Amino acid sequence: MKNRINKLLSNKPKDILSVYYTAGFPTLNDTGTIAESLAAAGADIIEIGIPYSDPVADGPTIQASNTVALKNGMRLSTLIGQVKEIRKKVDIPIILMGYINPVLQYGIDKFAADASAAGVDGVILPDMPMDEYIENYKELFDLVNLSNTFLISPTTSEERVRKIDAVSDGFIYAVSASSITGAKGKFDKQQLDYFRRIKNMNLKNPYLIGFGISNHETFNTASSYGAGAIVGSAFVELLKNAKHLETDITTFVKSLRNNNV
Amino acid sequence: MKFTVDEKGYYGRFGGAFIPEMLYPNVEELRANYLQIITDPGYQRDFHKLLRDYAGRPTPLYLAKRLSERHHATIYLKREDLCHTGSHKINNTIGQILLAQRLGKQKIIAETGAGQHGVATATVCALMGMECIVYMGKVDMERQRPNVERMRILGATVVPALSGSMTLKDATNEAMRHWINHPTETHYIIGSVVGPHPYPDMVARFQSIISDEIKRQLVDEIGNPAPDYVFACVGGGSNAAGAFYNFLDDEHVNLVAVEAAGKGLSSGESAATTALGKPGVLHGSKTILMQTDDGQVVEPHSVSAGLDYPGIGPMHAHLFDVGRVHFVSATDDEALKAGIDLSRAEGIIPALESAHAIAALNQFEFESDDVVVINLSGRGDKDLETYIRWGKY
Ligand SMILES: Cc1ncc(COP(=O)(O)O)c(C=O)c1O
Repeated sequence: MKNRINKLLSNKPKDILSVYYTAGFPTLNDTGTIAESLAAAGADIIEIGIPYSDPVADGPTIQASNTVALKNGMRLSTLIGQVKEIRKKVDIPIILMGYINPVLQYGIDKFAADASAAGVDGVILPDMPMDEYIENYKELFDLVNLSNTFLISPTTSEERVRKIDAVSDGFIYAVSASSITGAKGKFDKQQLDYFRRIKNMNLKNPYLIGFGISNHETFNTASSYGAGAIVGSAFVELLKNAKHLETDITTFVKSLRNNNV
Repeated sequence: MKFTVDEKGYYGRFGGAFIPEMLYPNVEELRANYLQIITDPGYQRDFHKLLRDYAGRPTPLYLAKRLSERHHATIYLKREDLCHTGSHKINNTIGQILLAQRLGKQKIIAETGAGQHGVATATVCALMGMECIVYMGKVDMERQRPNVERMRILGATVVPALSGSMTLKDATNEAMRHWINHPTETHYIIGSVVGPHPYPDMVARFQSIISDEIKRQLVDEIGNPAPDYVFACVGGGSNAAGAFYNFLDDEHVNLVAVEAAGKGLSSGESAATTALGKPGVLHGSKTILMQTDDGQVVEPHSVSAGLDYPGIGPMHAHLFDVGRVHFVSATDDEALKAGIDLSRAEGIIPALESAHAIAALNQFEFESDDVVVINLSGRGDKDLETYIRWGKY
C-alpha cells in the first residue's frame, strides 16, 4: 500500500517543497491554521515538529520555538489530536519530526497506531539510529504504512548512504552541510559538490535537501540536484514575526517558488 | 551476570548510540578505534606516566579514624581530592587527550557543570598545546566562578550555554551542537560515563584506575583487596564507575551510589535520577532520566553543580536495574552538614559532590568489622562560596 508520500514522489519528481514548523508555535492552536495555509499556498509536504526540551540537532531559531511551544502546553498527544483535525481539510503528506524520547514515552506501538490513524504519513527522528529502527521499529511502522525518513550529511560515507537508501521507503533527507539547523543565505562549492555526488549515486529513493534553505535561490539550487528542498528555520522565523499568518505564509511560499514576488 | 558493555554498546537494556546522523562519523571513528588505541602498550605507558608524574597518582587511601569511630566501622577515604586540579576528572581527560592526539585531532571541546571537568580539560589542553573550548551553563558560571577563571587562565575559551535551564544538561547540548558543526578536526571530551557508546565504556575504563588502586592499597592495609562497602556520589557517574569498576564481579562488595536529593525527593527540586526517573534517551544513550510523562527532560536541582544532572550513565542504569548497586540519596542540607563534619573530624574540606557520599553513611548500620571505602571525588575549594552562604559552621 502506498501512502501520500510515496504517491507524491512518484507523481512529482522535481521542485518538491517541504516546510517544517514546530507544533504549538507561535500559539498552541496555530498548528492547524499553518498547515491549512501551507497546503493552500502550494507546499507539497508539511513537516510538523514535535516539541522537545533538548533538541540537540537544532539551531537557536528552532530551539526557541520548541521552548515556546512547550510553554504553550504542546504535547505529543495534543499534536496527534490536531493532525486528526487538519486531515479533515488537508490532503498533502504530513510528516512528524522530532526526537525519540517523547515518542518512547508515548509508547512506540501506540505512537505508530495513533499517528497513522490521525493521518500522519511519515516520521523523521534524527536521533533514532538506523540499526535500532531496523530491529525494533520497522515492522511496526510498515504495518501501519508510516514512512521513516533518514538523514545523510556531507560526512556520511558512500557505503552508509547506500545502506540508508536500502532501508528507506519514501525519501532521503540530505542535510546540506555539517551543521545543526539554521537559515543561511547561499551554498558554497563544497556543498554543491556534495549534492552532485549524491545525485550521481543514482539512489533508489529520491532525496530532498534541507538545512540552510531560506530563499528562492537556495530552494532552486537544491531542487536542481535533488527532488526538492525542505525549509525550516527561515519559516519558523517568519512565523515568529508574522502579522497575519495566512497571508504571510502565502507570500513566503510564493517567494520560495518564484523569484519575482 | 555481565556488567560491562556488550559488542553493540549496551549494558543490559541501556546504552547504545542515539545520535543524529551528522555525528555518526565522529562517534563511529571513536568506536572503531578506541579499544585498540587505549590498550596499546605505548599508549598505556604514556597514560600511566602522566597519571603518576602529572596527576599525582596513586592517590592515598586514608584511614579516617574519627569518621570510623563515629560510624563504628573501618572507613577509608580514597583521596581523589588530591589529584592535580582537585578531582578525579583529570584521570579521564588525560586518557582522552592522548586518544585525541592519536586520532589526529587538533581541537578539543568539553561541557562542564561544577567546572571541575572543564578545568581538567583546559589543563590537559594547555599541557598538550591544543585549542580548548568549554561549554558551561550560564547559571553554573555564576555559582562556580573561580573555576571559570581557572579555565581562562589555562587558556581555554569558556562559552556560556544560554538554552534551557542553563546548567550541565544544556552545556552538554551545546557541546554536541558544536561537534555537529565541526565534525572532523575536533574531539569532544565528555566528562562523565554518559553520552553515546563508546563514551560510557571509555570513560569508565579511564576512571577504573581508582578501584585498581583501592584493591592494591587494601591488600597493604588489611591484607585483603575487597572491602565490604564502596560509596561514591553519582552525577553522571564517572567517579562511581571508577570506584566500583574492579569490584563489580565480586558480589560480596556492597556498592552504594549516592544521588543528590536536592531539597528532598518530593520537593520538585531534586536530582535523584533513579528515585524520580524513568527509562528514556538522553545525550545519546538509553538510560534512566528525570522526565515528564510527555518525555520532556526535567530541570534537576542540587546545591552541587556536579550532581545537577537529570540522568545517569547507562552502566549505572543497568547496575540499578539488576540491583548490583544500591542507590540512595542525600539532600543539600545533609551534604553541606557532612562536608562541615568531615572538615572538623579529619581536616579535609570535601567537594559538595563528595560530601553527598559522606552524608549517606548515616543511613547505614555497619558491623564493627566492616571495611568501608568512600570515594572522595574532589576537594571543596570550588565550593567555599556555597559553604559560606549556608553558613552553619
Ligand atoms: C568532585 C566531583 N565529584 C563528582 C562529580 C560528579 O561527576 P561524576 O558522577 O561523573 O563523578 C563532579 C562533577 O563535576 C565533581 O566535580
